Amino acid sequence: MKINRRGFIGTGAAFVAALSAPMVMASNRPKVVVIGGGAGGATAARYLAKDSKGALDVILIEPSKTYYTCFFSNLYIGGVRDFASIGHTYGKLASEYGINIVHDWAIGVDKDARTVSLAGGAQIPYDALVISPGIDFVEGSVAGWDLTSQNAMPHAYKAGSQTQLLKAQIEAMPDGGTFAMVAPPNPYRCPPGPYERVSMVAHLLKQINPTGKILIVDPKEKFSKQGLFEEGWNKHYAGMIERVGPDFGGANVEVRPDAMEIVIDGDVEKVDVCNVIPAQKAGNIAQIAGITNDAGWAPVTAHDMKSKMDNNIYVLGDSSAQGDMPKSGFSANSQAKVCSMAIRAALTGSKAFPAKFSNTCWSLIDTDDGVKVGASYEATDEKIAKTSGFVSKTGEDAAQRKQNYEESVGWYEGIVADMFG
Amino acid sequence: MVGEDAKNRTGPQLNDLFGRPAGSVEGYKYSKDMMRAASSGLIWDVEHIDMFIEKPKSLVFKTKMAFRGIKDPTERANLMAYLRQFSASPSDIPEAEPTLVARDPDIDPSILALEGDPEYGEYLSGECVTCHQIDGEDEGIPSITGWHIEDFVIALHAYKTGYRPHQVMETIAKRLSEEEIAGLAAYFTSK
Repeated sequence: MKINRRGFIGTGAAFVAALSAPMVMASNRPKVVVIGGGAGGATAARYLAKDSKGALDVILIEPSKTYYTCFFSNLYIGGVRDFASIGHTYGKLASEYGINIVHDWAIGVDKDARTVSLAGGAQIPYDALVISPGIDFVEGSVAGWDLTSQNAMPHAYKAGSQTQLLKAQIEAMPDGGTFAMVAPPNPYRCPPGPYERVSMVAHLLKQINPTGKILIVDPKEKFSKQGLFEEGWNKHYAGMIERVGPDFGGANVEVRPDAMEIVIDGDVEKVDVCNVIPAQKAGNIAQIAGITNDAGWAPVTAHDMKSKMDNNIYVLGDSSAQGDMPKSGFSANSQAKVCSMAIRAALTGSKAFPAKFSNTCWSLIDTDDGVKVGASYEATDEKIAKTSGFVSKTGEDAAQRKQNYEESVGWYEGIVADMFG
Repeated sequence: MVGEDAKNRTGPQLNDLFGRPAGSVEGYKYSKDMMRAASSGLIWDVEHIDMFIEKPKSLVFKTKMAFRGIKDPTERANLMAYLRQFSASPSDIPEAEPTLVARDPDIDPSILALEGDPEYGEYLSGECVTCHQIDGEDEGIPSITGWHIEDFVIALHAYKTGYRPHQVMETIAKRLSEEEIAGLAAYFTSK
């Protein structure tokens, strides 16, 4: 029998229409675009997709195919964890949660047209946009240092190749050499982070280079968990660590990456490894989107993490100026859940519950010597406000410290499961 | 075992139990959870012994003791009165025959009877699963899935009142309302 061409075409067209029906429906679902696949963004994407049960179209934009967590990256430097153990991929978010993962850089946001432009050229429309890009560095904040010096003097404050580079440099340090750290001014990502790093560098040096020295140049008078760290350093690494605070010129520092020198208040010090952690601001895309304040951070309302500068944009984690919470992966993860609940309520009419936030930061000082600080928070009209908190005490017994460390390992497994599925 | 020549068997020997720190009997290999409770500062005073034998799980998640507990306060008081004979310095124990010991936290039966909203519990659970894994993995941090609702409520209550020591859990539980605890219990019991 001769096939009627018109009939065939007609059938074909109907077939195509039937196939594409779900896609047509998909494009009618409200679209939430999430920029940044870290503790804030990955968690938000996962909760939006999981809790909306298909009612939202969730697109996650993250340039890295493997994401290395900043939290526990110091433990890799100390040799307590291997590098692979802090790397995570997005496969489950795509396959189990139906999230559209786009490995590209977001380079522009058009708030009126509600689109995000990508380095690869695409324009992605959104109904709600979550910006969770972490931090970028304030140019010129450490005299003599810029991103072109990051090989000579790594920041290692975005985990990945920088972390590996810093560890390799410490391992290659000459016997009795000096590791220097230029610590950042407030506010910055992970308040105890630089000091946990010093602990882990000391832990490594004690084994491979016991006469090595550590010099911290610090613009801050005080730092997070200071009493606990100083007690631990005296106990485990006596004589190894020296800290120059602002009273001795710690805030007046210049680095010379070519000569491997740092100049503290006019005095030149020759060092072997130099970890420069510059002053910080919200990830660049927040600034490009025009939602940052003069200090470089993105102000949000505490009830839902919505930008104070745009009604369709939400900001999570380090980039946000929210009030009392420290900039940490735990905080970003906590804020992401409040935010995704608020976005679902706004776009799908699901129930909205009051915001609750919490944070705990564990730090490792030496093997099985873990300390923690934490608090819970509530949303007020003014900011995220601390309600109560705790901190480890000096002089605690070894069993408590070991428990803290074991808890932190359990927390790590918990939070990465909560982020990546 | 208890008394002269008592040895550690399935459980540790119980001489000098009153006032001793949890997990402190030499030569006995305690469960991970009991050691966790120990390093959080659990001391076996009369209130804590009473709470433990009433509902072991409300104080320590998993122990080597396969025992659901004794509901009757008089029976518990009698058991403690027997055990205290083998403690050398029972200074913090009431001199009189212990009958009913007030338990802190005293949970009002109406709290246990609260019907939790699992949907609210699911939202609130976001705060828990940053540490406690939803698939029940329990390395370093105990599992909280699949519990009996009442056990869950009692345990969170014990943290809320500071009766059960743990810095993180006390901070979290302190600001949970009774309805919120019930919601969490209702949600996690089904996991």
